[in-house]
Amino acid sequence: MSNQTQITTPAASQEVIKDASMLKQKAMIADNYDKLTRAKELGLKVASTYVPGNLNELIMCFDMLNNLPEINAIQNGMRKKSGGMIMDAEKMGHSEDVCTYVKADIGNMAKGSIAPNGKPMPVPDLLLLSYTGCFTFLKWFELLRDQYGCETAMLHVPYTGDGIITDNMRDYVVKQLKEVLIPTLERVSGVKFDIDRLREYLRQSAKAEDDLVWVLKSAKNTPSPIDAYFGGVFYIGPIFTAFRGTPDAVEYYQLLRGEIEQRIAARMGPVTPDGDLGEEKYRLVVEGPPNWTSFREFWKMFYEEGAVVVASTYTKVGGVYDYDGFRHDPDNPLESLAEYCLGCYTNRNLPTRVDMIEQYLEDYQADGLLVNSIKSCNSFSAGQLMIMRTIEERTGKPAAFIETDLVDPRYFSPANVKNRLESYFQMIEQKRRAGGSARAA
Amino acid sequence: MDTWVKDMRKLNDIVDYCQTLYDDLNFTAARDWKAAKPGRHVIGYMPTYVPREIIHAAGMLPLGVLGGGDNLEVIHGDAYYQSYICRIPRSTIELAVTKRLNFVDGMLFPSTCDVIRNLSGIWKLLYPDVYSRYFDVPQNFTSAVGGTYYVQELRELAEGLEGISGTKITDEALNRSIDLYNKNRRLVNDVYNVRQVTPWKALSWEVYLLMRAGMVLPVEEHSQLMTDYLAAVQAEDRPKRDNCRVIVQGSFCEQPPLNLVKSIELAGCYIVDDDYMLVNRWLQDEVPTDGNPMENLADAFLNYSGETACKYVPEREDKGKFLIDAVRERRAEGVIFAAPSFCDPALLDRPMLSGALARENIPHISFKYAENSGQMQPIREQAGTFADTIKLWGEA
Repeated sequence: MSNQTQITTPAASQEVIKDASMLKQKAMIADNYDKLTRAKELGLKVASTYVPGNLNELIMCFDMLNNLPEINAIQNGMRKKSGGMIMDAEKMGHSEDVCTYVKADIGNMAKGSIAPNGKPMPVPDLLLLSYTGCFTFLKWFELLRDQYGCETAMLHVPYTGDGIITDNMRDYVVKQLKEVLIPTLERVSGVKFDIDRLREYLRQSAKAEDDLVWVLKSAKNTPSPIDAYFGGVFYIGPIFTAFRGTPDAVEYYQLLRGEIEQRIAARMGPVTPDGDLGEEKYRLVVEGPPNWTSFREFWKMFYEEGAVVVASTYTKVGGVYDYDGFRHDPDNPLESLAEYCLGCYTNRNLPTRVDMIEQYLEDYQADGLLVNSIKSCNSFSAGQLMIMRTIEERTGKPAAFIETDLVDPRYFSPANVKNRLESYFQMIEQKRRAGGSARAA
Repeated sequence: MDTWVKDMRKLNDIVDYCQTLYDDLNFTAARDWKAAKPGRHVIGYMPTYVPREIIHAAGMLPLGVLGGGDNLEVIHGDAYYQSYICRIPRSTIELAVTKRLNFVDGMLFPSTCDVIRNLSGIWKLLYPDVYSRYFDVPQNFTSAVGGTYYVQELRELAEGLEGISGTKITDEALNRSIDLYNKNRRLVNDVYNVRQVTPWKALSWEVYLLMRAGMVLPVEEHSQLMTDYLAAVQAEDRPKRDNCRVIVQGSFCEQPPLNLVKSIELAGCYIVDDDYMLVNRWLQDEVPTDGNPMENLADAFLNYSGETACKYVPEREDKGKFLIDAVRERRAEGVIFAAPSFCDPALLDRPMLSGALARENIPHISFKYAENSGQMQPIREQAGTFADTIKLWGEA
């Protein structure tokens, strides 16, 4: 590979090959956290918002920085810090039953809101509540507003209950953008809105989205050059966070695409934390977010068995670009932002989610569906058993079910998950031998 | 089942009748209503709020589907949900797959939480030929933005119902229905006010059953039932106990078992306000009965609807204000947060509401339940201790 750098991780004293795209993304993230934690010194205003319905291009129009609490919770989960934060939040009166992203965030606040670079996060100047596809978002920002006392602007994105975006929904979102969000962002930032600036950012977004979709669709190759779930969460990183609409994101996806092209040419499988995957034995579609607290251990359970995720729904939570061809459109900027928000994965109704999964199973020639059911995420989890059942009936392909959590380590039981996965892989083998349908694990 | 007859005016008869309706998991009253006249239709709805006026104006019966309670054995429903999801969707599925809802011509799933939202999708997958709609409401409360959106949503709902009945919902019919529901809400408020003033007469479990009757009866019958109850309860001579006065908060979706309501009362707490079945009093003032009825309903929602965890509070300083106001208006001495297990809205809201109460030195406790909770002793002990604490150490 031409664009690789060898670095050494001190903890493991083990050489890890990093592709140029990985280094690029790492630098982008570090730079963003640096800016966020120096926002006051740099004279920059900060908007906190969510991954689904993330209006990064709009936020950039006001020279504001974008801070995403879910991403901070994930960072703390992967660094094994979220468990303590969650327990702290529970001691403060937050229920054990609710979203662990929220509790990790609240617990982190109690510890001084420390960013991954070890410096304190600033108090946001604006909580931009993009209420898209998740009820908890509404409560989360009410809770943050209660703590921070800062201004909150709500963007209510209607749920597409009938599986379609109606004119009424689109008009409602556009009207909120025009009459609520943009005036608020202007006031908070002191910067006047320039729609041509937004168009330019959206043009950049669409370029990056084209390359992202190319990367995701590369998994149709056999062997798949990517893992579209564990690897996929890195690939969606820039486009789901503070970089959509930036030249950095365009460059990242060009680099990534180049690397994947080389892997396809060399008939290589995905990169894993332990190097390139050997034989591809199982091709899976995965529904639901990953577990973050034991992310590597979880991934290892797959790649050790030669299992590759060729498509996943979680990588559509911050925007669906592959299924029905949505791209941000500079010619219709506000309408396009509205359609983006309305089309995020968990804002689509259950029948549409089933249709998407069914199409992934077919298009990517997958062996079956695996559901990772997240204890504290009802937006994803409620209805997953129905999704499984319907998919099995429609496709005859086996579906299986495991349970973990987002960032609460108490709900990751490695032995149980591994046992389930092994049973599932056996079921796929059995089905291959029998040539018929198999029942759920 | 016998429908309500006007000469049954004794309190026990009224309460027994409501209890019969409550216990009937086959919704016989609604089935009988439908069977009584060809061409009638029944539209089910879940908590928290739907504009029943529109269903009524379509000549249909709105039927509140509030889960299966503690008398329904859930067998099939558990196969649809993981253990960490609340009980109401699984018991609702159970009602459906056991054909207890097979007479229902449509189902509405209001904007309450992600679980109810996704249940709307399950319904579409299970019953593709039955009308079902996720009923969204605005979280922007300005007339030009949220109002315009909501009016169109109401129109789409009306068009959906017209598709079932084949009859156009006229403005005149809708205004007549609004008038009937205005009257119904006045009576609901009268019942709540009587309970507030004389909670030893209007016992909470009776009031609860009376409100539940409104989920299955035509609005006209429910209004008559409340009129009769109000007359009957005033005539009752019941002993006044040295109970404390509490508000129950957080039970707006999955309902507590009736024994839980009784247990709170038996533990020494008069419930002087609650958020059970908010649909009965979601709109807090009269809706005009002239002009454009859709716009009037939208205006009512935006400007004088109730408050609950599924509704956004735009201003920080207003968070919890409705509860503090209710404590003062109802002269409550404390608040019991009673939320269903795994209820995202209620449980996420609770820290903010309890913080608001703490700032006002209003005592509060919290516990969780499921609609089929059977063991009431811990709840009775907790509520009893709370009552004792208020009586012993509260302000005189």
